[in-house]
Amino acid sequence: MLQAPVLIAVSLLYLGLLFAVAWWGDRRADRGRSLIDSPTIYALSMAVYCTTWTFYGSVGRAAVSGIGFLPVYLGPTLVMALGWFILLKMIRIVKANRITSIADFISSRYGKSHLLGGLVTIIAVVGIVPYIALQLKAVSSTVGLLLSYPEIVMPHRSPTMSVAADISFYIALILAAFTIVFGTRHLDATERHEGMVAAIALESSVKLVAFIAVGVFVTYGMYGGFGDIFEHLATHPELQRLATAIPSGQGYTGWFSLIVLSALAVLFLPRQFQVAVVENVNESHLRRAAWLFPLYLLLINVFVLPIALGGLMHFSGQGVDADTFVLTLPMSQRQEGLALLVFIGGLSAGTGMVIVETIALSTMVCNDLVMPLLLRQRRLALAESKDLSGLLLSIRRGAIVVILLLGYCYFRLAGEAYALVAIGLISFAAVAQFAPAIIGGMYWRGGTRGGALAGLLAGFIVWGYTLLLPSFAKSGWLPNDFLTQGLFGIDLLRPQQLFGLSGIDEISHCLFWSFLANIGAYVGVSLLRPPMVAEATQATVFVDALQESGPIGAVLWRGRAKVSDLQELVGRFLGPARAEVAFAGYARRHGGRQGDKLEADARLVQFAESLLAGAIGSASARVMVASVAKEEPLSIEEVMHILDEASQLRTYSRELERKSRELTAATLELREANERLQELDRVKDDIMSSVTHELRTPLTSIRAFSELLRDDPKMHLPDRERFLGLIVSETERLTRLINQTLDLAKIESGRADWNACELDLKEVIEQSVAATSQLFREKEAHVDLDLPDNLPLIMGDRDRLIQVMLNLLSNAAKFLPPGSGRVRVMLRLLADGLQVSVTDNGPGIRPQDQELIFEKFRQVGDTMTAKPSGTGLGLPISRRIVEYLGGRLWVESVPGEGATFLFTLPFAPQRELAVGQQEPAA
Amino acid sequence: MQRRILGRDRLIAAFLVGCVLFNYPLLSVFDRPSEIFGIPMIFAYIFFAWVLVIALMAWASEARSG
Amino acid sequence: MNKKILIADDEQNIVISIEFLLRREGFEVLVAGDGEEALAKVRGERPDLVLLDVMMPKMNGFDVCQALRSDPDLAGTRILMLTAKGRDTEVSKGLGLGADGYMTKPFSTKELLAEVRKLLGM
Repeated sequence: MLQAPVLIAVSLLYLGLLFAVAWWGDRRADRGRSLIDSPTIYALSMAVYCTTWTFYGSVGRAAVSGIGFLPVYLGPTLVMALGWFILLKMIRIVKANRITSIADFISSRYGKSHLLGGLVTIIAVVGIVPYIALQLKAVSSTVGLLLSYPEIVMPHRSPTMSVAADISFYIALILAAFTIVFGTRHLDATERHEGMVAAIALESSVKLVAFIAVGVFVTYGMYGGFGDIFEHLATHPELQRLATAIPSGQGYTGWFSLIVLSALAVLFLPRQFQVAVVENVNESHLRRAAWLFPLYLLLINVFVLPIALGGLMHFSGQGVDADTFVLTLPMSQRQEGLALLVFIGGLSAGTGMVIVETIALSTMVCNDLVMPLLLRQRRLALAESKDLSGLLLSIRRGAIVVILLLGYCYFRLAGEAYALVAIGLISFAAVAQFAPAIIGGMYWRGGTRGGALAGLLAGFIVWGYTLLLPSFAKSGWLPNDFLTQGLFGIDLLRPQQLFGLSGIDEISHCLFWSFLANIGAYVGVSLLRPPMVAEATQATVFVDALQESGPIGAVLWRGRAKVSDLQELVGRFLGPARAEVAFAGYARRHGGRQGDKLEADARLVQFAESLLAGAIGSASARVMVASVAKEEPLSIEEVMHILDEASQLRTYSRELERKSRELTAATLELREANERLQELDRVKDDIMSSVTHELRTPLTSIRAFSELLRDDPKMHLPDRERFLGLIVSETERLTRLINQTLDLAKIESGRADWNACELDLKEVIEQSVAATSQLFREKEAHVDLDLPDNLPLIMGDRDRLIQVMLNLLSNAAKFLPPGSGRVRVMLRLLADGLQVSVTDNGPGIRPQDQELIFEKFRQVGDTMTAKPSGTGLGLPISRRIVEYLGGRLWVESVPGEGATFLFTLPFAPQRELAVGQQEPAA
Repeated sequence: MQRRILGRDRLIAAFLVGCVLFNYPLLSVFDRPSEIFGIPMIFAYIFFAWVLVIALMAWASEARSG
Repeated sequence: MNKKILIADDEQNIVISIEFLLRREGFEVLVAGDGEEALAKVRGERPDLVLLDVMMPKMNGFDVCQALRSDPDLAGTRILMLTAKGRDTEVSKGLGLGADGYMTKPFSTKELLAEVRKLLGM
């Protein structure tokens, strides 16, 4: 089962499966239905952190240093607690500026500097290529181990083996092909690879399952559980220290250094930056991934020590490399299937790392190393070339192949050397050098390009001197004197006891000196001069990335560019079709018809630049855009002014928004109050005018009759009596008018006296009908009463309700046809109160007048032969009374068929509630 | 907004708790040759602390209320 | 020949008092209760003077006044507006529409008679 053809077939099948998943993921992404839109997949993709260095290497390190392997996973656990801040900010910055790699990130922060991007790329390549070599080594040596099955023979490479016969060479080539297909399918401004992420997440699951399977097999299959393994240790006193103590060579300092180092590595390793920041689909995934990823790390480490101890005890004295225990323990127990699963797990760990790391590095090499150089070559005239998208893809593919071949070469060269074995932490220390420039750049506005360059360079040199070169010396590639005597024999320059610093492990030593140099140079040089325009601009873009406001970059651009030029420029790098789509999309999003405009505004220029930044890096993008846009440079004063304003605006914008909201509300209130006042004024004016009119009319008759009587003492008695009678009735009318006007005024102003008590409405109605019976008798009208007994009481003012009833009844009487009048008064029970209706068979009220009659002095007399008598205040007063008591008064009428006035009143509240002054319900 | 700030503060607290639990001097307290349930003290301690920190982070990230 | 006067007002008691007053002075008196009736009676009976209330149902005094003044046959008819709304704007509006005089309610019967005589050239 473990013969070469089977291994090859299984490996190829597995890679094929990965490719299918990746292809599916890309398809789904193209259709906008992201396969990886899940925090779990996001967390699994972060687990690309666990390479073969973890899968096989952890057990190896545990066999030497006990729990000393753990800090490498505790650091990431801790940093993920802060991921919500640091990673979120990085994600925001990357998305807003279309940054595609860590080199681009640093270059963009410090004024889009080519030099800085190039330096970061070189550091990354130097630091990471050996790490890739380590993966190749792990994969090829496990193949070697499996091929010797059932024997367990440690593979020993012969340096003379030809490349063509070397299995790891083919592995490198296959991985290169695979990476090319995954990573450079097409050029994208965002440079995201959803399919790849899906495949990586799958690989992470496979390696976790495989490792736990071995752990369970060793712990519970070969031994009787955790306790059993540790019990067996009693017979191996030489192993006991592994399980019980922090390794002596490491100490608490080394432990702490490893936590810091791994915490930085999990943020700044190119592959981690790629999956955690660049490939992030949704920043809310961070929330769950923040604990899922640490949980993954915990799970994959639970069985490391048991496997290591089990292996050490099982293979005691057999010369089996502890790095291979994960594979050799199942082999020793003839567990072929488990061994194959382990191999696939290790393959996952190795290929996952290689693919992501290579894609990240190739993007950096292309955008930050090769393109800037090519664009600078006037001879090639690339800047004028029509379509560069093909060239860009070729460069990336070339970079992938070169990086993997470099890894292979390093692997061939280093072999079993210390330099390769220790590369995990050496790589970590290399990328940790990015930390000051990145973290400083995200939180400190003062960092400059010079500072970043000096810091990176200093840190890189110290790292090389205190960690990389010593590893070469330990591999025998450099004279050992270098280590023991120091450079040129100067004792103070001993690379791992620099300036006499001793007593700490090499990692802590390197970390201390390199960070001292790095941070010192970064801060020191930055403080030499104030940031320049471009640096200050980008500082604001980065530092304020979490502020909720639009990108500030566009504000800081002033110049002229033609839309067509910009589109053509973008088309040269992304391909004309993609450029067209992108520009059309921009125009759509911004509502305006940007495409029709000849001149591009600052935002469109910014957009074009960010499109290009995705393809060729931000520094090159800036140079390219500058070539078609005539920028009018802003002076540092102007920029600082804009930035100051912008940051002040940001600081105060929320306050300002709040204030302006308050102001708007206040203005609105004021306007409403004013309108109410004006309305009141108008109403008062109208009422005064109406009241005046209503008062003058009876006064006119009274005065005229009085004068007639006065001027003619000999007037006939009948005339005299008639006139005196009219004077009296007009006086009564005047009195009524004055009383009602005052009454209404009192009700409206809320100064009316109310004597609220529980009332039997039936009794009130009967009393009112009795009081008006004379009116109906005069008109020879018939009054029907339909008043059920035992209805609930209502809360009201007896006199006021009688006033309402009298008004409605006299109104009805007024309009009854003489001789054949009928009035029907009904009392009905409703769900929440009682309803009274007074129906007459008079002329009715036109629909358009049915509300008018409730307005003051609005008597509607058009259909009547004579003007109705009355003051025009009865209905308005009645309505106000009913509304005050929580009810409603309205009229229903069909002209010609009479009118029905209805009003409702709510039941009296429960007895335990206060019975007294009622609040108005309206 | 309030909830987000609370969650953020809880995460920072988890970070600080982790920093203390995973380092000297607390580490040295458990760094001695004794066993708990047959498992070496330091090994058990680190994994226990690890689970605790992850649980804190999960609680800070996922808790919807309070 | 007796002068013919039309009283157009919807307030019955006012009509009664003015009618009594004018008859006593020897005028021939016609009565209309609303604007439309007033217009019809002016056209049919050709009174010499119309006492026109402003606030009337169906057609207010201003409209009646305007209608009368747009009819050349009725150019000789004098118009005296009577209104309870004594604002200056109402006075000038009535006069602007071609009314010959204007009295504010309540008025003194003597002044009314004087105004009537003046308008009728007596």
